[in-house]
Amino acid sequence: MQLINQSEVQRRIDALKDEDLYIHLEMTTGAYAAHLDSSKHPAATFITNAIIRYSHGSISGSGPYRVGLKMMQGWVYSEGLTHYEESETSRLILAGHDSQGKLIVSLQLSRKPFGRGVEE
Amino acid sequence: MERHILVVLPHPDDEAFGISGTLAMHIRNGAQVTYACLTLGEMGRNMGIPPFANRVTLPEIRRKELEASCRSIGIQDLRLLGFHDKTIEFEEQELLDERIDALLKELNPSLIFTFYPGYSVHPDHDACGAAVIRTVGRLPKEDRPPVHCMAFAKNLHQAIGEPHVINDVKDYLKQKMASIQAHRSQFQAAELLGSKKLKDKEIQERFGTERFWIYPF
Repeated sequence: MQLINQSEVQRRIDALKDEDLYIHLEMTTGAYAAHLDSSKHPAATFITNAIIRYSHGSISGSGPYRVGLKMMQGWVYSEGLTHYEESETSRLILAGHDSQGKLIVSLQLSRKPFGRGVEE
Repeated sequence: MERHILVVLPHPDDEAFGISGTLAMHIRNGAQVTYACLTLGEMGRNMGIPPFANRVTLPEIRRKELEASCRSIGIQDLRLLGFHDKTIEFEEQELLDERIDALLKELNPSLIFTFYPGYSVHPDHDACGAAVIRTVGRLPKEDRPPVHCMAFAKNLHQAIGEPHVINDVKDYLKQKMASIQAHRSQFQAAELLGSKKLKDKEIQERFGTERFWIYPF
């Protein structure tokens, strides 16, 4: 993963618009958040391989970044994104990592379903 | 006296702390006010204490709170523009600008209030202010009403100087506190006020002044 290059990510968002895509959208505070700091409220949520289609999408901010994708009947929104996978040219892989490198948030889009680590 | 004031803000409750006293003052002096609120604040995290709202009921609850807030300020015309909370910066600019331009044409306002783009902390605030400035900026110079902006970023004074308009709204604290109280899912007004009365010095100092920057086109 590399630090986000905003114009490159925007180009990739534009390249994926107006088609059915599989999305992985995730946010987590980490399962040990409350164990390490009792004032923290551990929470996590993800959705994998739901199908979405957006007509208009953009990345904004000055890092960490925000992404908004406008769909026919709603929105996909993600805040706190710091990294993208440069080598994944047909999919969009975005994530936000905290100062210790731990993943806090991820937003991924692909024309094919996301697998379980084994790519066909 | 202002003839017609147009207020454009993105969230229900954006009017409460920074501008409700000023609007009450203008309304007392005979102004008509149209408040265009871009979203219903449906992504807000405050659900009341203890929570009485949830993600599904929040939009309708906040719409009613906004209507109550407008009644307590005396705002005659509330427009809900139906955009989605947190998405203003991602929204198609032409669509935003079109809606604002239609209001300018319909109302021909003598004064506009919004957020100062770049100095209003929340991305929706900045994007709302930017849309208003873009749209008003397209009018011929002689047709442009003044735009008074709220701002509260940390680096504010170095960047845009001291506020140009400082309104003493101590005579309108009743309307202002009622506006804040109306947003009961968002603010714990009782805690803000505590056992203090509106005439208390602390309350007057904290809520009695509203500041605006005139946008330099």
